[in-house]
Amino acid sequence: MANIATLKPGSTCLLMGNEAVARGVLEAGAGVASGYPGSPSSEVIPALAEAASQTDIYVEWSTNEKVAVEVAAGGSFAGIRSFCVMKQNGANVAADFIVNLNMTGIGGGGLVIFISDDPGGGTSNNEQDSRTIAKWIDNPLMEPSSAQEAKEMIKWAYEVSEAVNLLTFVRGVGRISYTRSNVVPGELPRKAQPEAVFPEIWDRNNPRKSRFTSGPFPVFHAPLHEKLEKAREIFETSPFNSYTGPEKPELLIIACGASTSYCIEGVNELNLEDRVSVLKLGTTWPLPEKLVAKHLKTTCKVLFVEEMDPFVERSVMELAAALLPETAHLTFFGARSGHLTPYGELSTDSVIGALADIMGITYQPRDRAYEEMCVEAAALVPGRPINMCPGCPHRATYWAVKNGLSLDGRNGFVCGDVGCYSMGFAGPGFYQARTMHAMGSGTGLASGLGKLGRFGLDQPVLAICGDSTFYHAVMPALANGVYNNSNFTLLIADNSATAMTGFQPHPGTGQTATGEPAKVVELEAVCRAMGATVETCDPFDLPKTIDTLLKMMAEESGVKVVIMRHMCQLVKGKRKIAPSWKMHVDGSKCLADACGCHRLCTRLFGCPGLMVDGETGKAAIDEALCAGCGLCAQICPAHAIIGEEV
Amino acid sequence: MRPGKLEKEPYNVIIAGVGGQGNVLLSGFIGAALVNEGFMVSVADTFGVSQRGGSVASHIKISRKTLYSSVTLKGKADLLIGMEPVETLRSLAEFGNPGIISIVNPRPFYPSGGVAYPDLGEVRRAIERMSSRTSYVNVTEEALKMGNPIYSNIILLGAVIGAGVLPLGEESIFPLLAERFPGEILEINLRAFRKGIELVS
Ligand code: SF4
Ligand code: SF4
Repeated sequence: MANIATLKPGSTCLLMGNEAVARGVLEAGAGVASGYPGSPSSEVIPALAEAASQTDIYVEWSTNEKVAVEVAAGGSFAGIRSFCVMKQNGANVAADFIVNLNMTGIGGGGLVIFISDDPGGGTSNNEQDSRTIAKWIDNPLMEPSSAQEAKEMIKWAYEVSEAVNLLTFVRGVGRISYTRSNVVPGELPRKAQPEAVFPEIWDRNNPRKSRFTSGPFPVFHAPLHEKLEKAREIFETSPFNSYTGPEKPELLIIACGASTSYCIEGVNELNLEDRVSVLKLGTTWPLPEKLVAKHLKTTCKVLFVEEMDPFVERSVMELAAALLPETAHLTFFGARSGHLTPYGELSTDSVIGALADIMGITYQPRDRAYEEMCVEAAALVPGRPINMCPGCPHRATYWAVKNGLSLDGRNGFVCGDVGCYSMGFAGPGFYQARTMHAMGSGTGLASGLGKLGRFGLDQPVLAICGDSTFYHAVMPALANGVYNNSNFTLLIADNSATAMTGFQPHPGTGQTATGEPAKVVELEAVCRAMGATVETCDPFDLPKTIDTLLKMMAEESGVKVVIMRHMCQLVKGKRKIAPSWKMHVDGSKCLADACGCHRLCTRLFGCPGLMVDGETGKAAIDEALCAGCGLCAQICPAHAIIGEEV
Repeated sequence: MRPGKLEKEPYNVIIAGVGGQGNVLLSGFIGAALVNEGFMVSVADTFGVSQRGGSVASHIKISRKTLYSSVTLKGKADLLIGMEPVETLRSLAEFGNPGIISIVNPRPFYPSGGVAYPDLGEVRRAIERMSSRTSYVNVTEEALKMGNPIYSNIILLGAVIGAGVLPLGEESIFPLLAERFPGEILEINLRAFRKGIELVS
């Protein structure tokens, strides 16, 4: 990936949506950018961090999304254009601050938040539609339909934000964030940042410019609605709303975001260009009502195409109800009619399905004979479950947990959390993690469950979290557990990175987003200071790790922390740290089909680096995948897997 | 296909593989080269947890005229670059059609968790039946011969360019390799690239 600060204005580059967003932030002349890693939004901050050496922007990874927005709002209050980025779940964390920021308004510098949602949930544990928050707090919202537009929209969002004195949301989706396509960079501003100053003097005549307190809210709530109406006026003539198709279409599609191109492609594929039109809305909240009303008058049928919640669909139907009887002739199609789903990712194919049904067309992309071959092929193809990487320290941690819990014998269980180690709820983690909700929730749940001894709960309670998650949301839960004298063991899987989202640094890594050295907020010291008993293990030392777990679980009260420290294998790969072991299987010792659980290593342990040799039927190492971590040598009951130190 | 000339509008390419095989690297090279040649390109990679050993695919839509959405329509792929046999077949079942060309690494990557792998011969026959043309290139094997499976992507890139199935020539790739692999690693990557070309000539 090229440094986004050095792209030539007017040239054409292949950029990922997230990189285009970052370039938009630079072109808008923002001076502060913050965020917390979360796919599909994770690449924006690294792109800005790389650009920081060429520009004067300040870029940080914050410990969580709420802090991130606060950092950015600080920039805005002091007169600097500021930017914040997060994934959809992060919006919930940030919400507590944002629902007050709408009352105070922003400062002299515009404030834009880019939230990337994840329809289809490819990289998330929920599929929430974060647009709702904009409506909830009466702040403006836009949705780009391509990488290029995302860049332009970010710039324009600053103008809107400053014009109405409100935080402005730009909502992406994974498909926008991760698609790489042609983008033409614009000029970077030449002006230096204005001097940052927190308004010093209380100005009675202009309290809005010198005070940022959400109360007394009766004073602020009415003006908030005025601002929203002003945003609506601006949106009525936004360059991001456009119309293509005949003047009086048989069917009007109202689309936004990534779905827009699905609609245009679907209309073309079905040769409906003369019968169906597309109204693309780039500004979706507040709804540009005059624009929409004008188009509703030209047709009898309307199809809404948007991902997840029927957000625009509901706003338009509300408008149509208000415009009765003028709109009485309209029939609406979309999520409500069942033509599209309010969940999952849409595609051109799903739009074609809806269009074909509404317009009475049959569409068959392939002939019957080929289709039959496809059905046969699909039947032959096995599923491919996701797995932890070869050499992953989480596999070692969960193996230790599984064995530790069974040796302990009291049906102990683990409350899980969000990160690579979430896979602990499935085969790769031997089904050990039994809950998964929000960041930090495993520890909060354990804190509660660890108090239920009085009602007879005598199973050991464990929680697991990652290092980045610990700083993000586990600390309050841990303090809660210590304070309330709960009884549980927290495992911190410290792999020295936010591995799930691309190895971003965090407060424990000793490095900032822009690569400067930082103070390490030490896990051991924090946990000890909170009052927990702390031990540190390398999970690849299975006997010691299992012993430590047994000892911790045996303690009858208090909060215990075991830090499982081992660097993420992919980080090792990136840093070119050579494998520690050269592995091979001694075929004469391998028990093959007679081995426990019908081949312990490939069936149960399941590192992708292990396979069954088709000819001998014995276990074998897949050279193309094995990371040489040496763990499997410790688990083979026949000592057939042999590691030689390299 | 000659460099710069697109035979179909849009031209749909899919790179199918297993998470961790590096299909994003491959799609990035092809996408960047196409943009440099003046094409409008959308590249969509499977993102998220599937990158952890699940099945992944990158879709590249190429046009002279307009920017399309990135994901291929059902049954509309023109070129399938298969980094793994079963993954090739998975994509064929969804996006294949009688005209599709397949270039396939025949080396299986076994699913974990005890999931059985189907008979390889049967998989290969299905691929051949469903493609208008199939070429196999042993890129993993060649890469292991070169000392590291990591080179298999670049060998495959060479094979795809050598096969003349994209509107790109070798010259479109060289500067990108030089940019991506600075210093001494360039030499071995150029060797991998040329090996790929050699495998299909
Ligand atoms: S290598 Fe060991 S664990 Fe794997 S099947 Fe053979 S005996 Fe069992
Ligand atoms: S040494 Fe064993 S456990 Fe470690 S990566 Fe290789 S096969 Fe997997």
